[in-house]
Amino acid sequence: MPNSLFEEKLDSGKFILTTEIGPPKGCDITEMIHHIDILRDKVDAINVTDHQSSVLRYPSLGGCLVVKEHGGEPILQMTCRDRNRLALQADLMFACQRGVHNVLTLTGDSIEVGDHKEAKPVFDIDSVQLIKLIRTLESGFDMGGNEITGVPSFCIGSTVHPEADFIEPQLVKFDKKVSAGAQFFQTQGIFDLSKLRMFVQYASQFPVKILAGIIVLSSARMAKYMNANVPGIMVPQNLIDELAAVEKGKGLAKGKEIAARTIKTIEEEKLCHGVHLMAVGNEGIVPEIIEMARSVSVKA
Amino acid sequence: MIVAEPKPLDAIRQMIAPYSKVLIVGCGTCVTVCGAGGEREVSFLHDKLRLAQAKNPDSIHNYFEYTVKRQCDPEFIDLLDAKTEGVDAIISLACGIGVQAIAEHFPDIPVLPGVNTTFNGMASEYGVWDERCATCGDCCLDETGGICPITRCTKGILNGPCAGPKNGKCEVSKDMDCAWMLIYQRLERLGQMDKMRRYYPARNYQAVPRPRRIVVKSNVAAGEENA
Repeated sequence: MPNSLFEEKLDSGKFILTTEIGPPKGCDITEMIHHIDILRDKVDAINVTDHQSSVLRYPSLGGCLVVKEHGGEPILQMTCRDRNRLALQADLMFACQRGVHNVLTLTGDSIEVGDHKEAKPVFDIDSVQLIKLIRTLESGFDMGGNEITGVPSFCIGSTVHPEADFIEPQLVKFDKKVSAGAQFFQTQGIFDLSKLRMFVQYASQFPVKILAGIIVLSSARMAKYMNANVPGIMVPQNLIDELAAVEKGKGLAKGKEIAARTIKTIEEEKLCHGVHLMAVGNEGIVPEIIEMARSVSVKA
Repeated sequence: MIVAEPKPLDAIRQMIAPYSKVLIVGCGTCVTVCGAGGEREVSFLHDKLRLAQAKNPDSIHNYFEYTVKRQCDPEFIDLLDAKTEGVDAIISLACGIGVQAIAEHFPDIPVLPGVNTTFNGMASEYGVWDERCATCGDCCLDETGGICPITRCTKGILNGPCAGPKNGKCEVSKDMDCAWMLIYQRLERLGQMDKMRRYYPARNYQAVPRPRRIVVKSNVAAGEENA
């Protein structure tokens, strides 16, 4: 029996669409609820980010409960940056008990890139060890070897970086994540489909689902900023030029077009099992991009 | 060796404000090598404090200086007994170990840190020191090609790189090598890729309950008094 509705869809063979929402900085979740309402029927699951870029937000787990309350299928993003193994296990128990059964395991960005630069980075365990930890809980024991009552079950995902400029160590880590028990992967932002093709060819030997990460760019400036400041992001020059060529104020429209075009290509070529759409602060435009991807003819 | 950096002069002046007779104590080992707290730096600090005082005659202090061979050994601290008569405060330019050793030796004299103890490292080139050991108490360098991920990866992770590195550099700084890129290249060179692929379980932090103590009397040559 599948652990979650999302796992059932992953296994169904249909083209999967996931997206993510960044919770607010504060207690007013009105906008987040609005985003959940417009997204829940358009996608197969909604990730809730965990203090993305090490910037303090309303918690991921809280956001996942709100997604559930509003009829969506949440994916709990869980980084190793802010919690030690006790806190992670406790949150996993809570998540499971409250019906959140999809987890995306991540190392977490460095504290230094965020807005609490003086905080203590935890990293008690890493993302591979977190996957093992979850599988250990599922076996009925905690990480200390003690028996637990009420055994949790999860559909476990993680991330992979097909566009890394030094890919081999990333592939070794990918292998370790698969061996540890990851079932699906949402990739870091994909801009160069030739690199995605190479990665997918490699990954096809493993029984895991790959969802290509699509970041919606809003301007050439944003692309350059991300290249300089966001870990793991590498927007190629041809896309920056394409964004720079449009008239002022039309950058986001171009960004949406690029995202829709990429999704369409991936789906038509059956490159991956699905896509994970990251609108980074523009969650409201996701339904529109999905519509565009269904209607655009593939070009460029 | 232990690497330290001098505290800013203003910070030192604030610390000594309540005290009249101040002894500046240097240390002849690590902080001498890294240029933070040896005899030379004691003399420089002494001069800077006197110069600052000349410009601001409101706060008057009397300064004395002395440098011992090692502030972390009681035998050398004993030599300070004769120097501390009437002293209101001691500025130690040793690492945090030296500061505490002197504080334990002189329970009635406030001991103030003149440097920030920064890390355990090595000189990678003239005047440049790099951190190399986090003193984790559970060394895994045999597994990682002689490159420590706990110290040199900003996240200290054990199963390979995160998704952050660009051009082989860490997401935290374009000037800092990604430890896992270095480890990968080194293990590949050594023909030990099996070590790269191996799963490393979570660290055992029981190896670092603070404060730590080791007792190895048999390995230490006994002095005349201890024999």
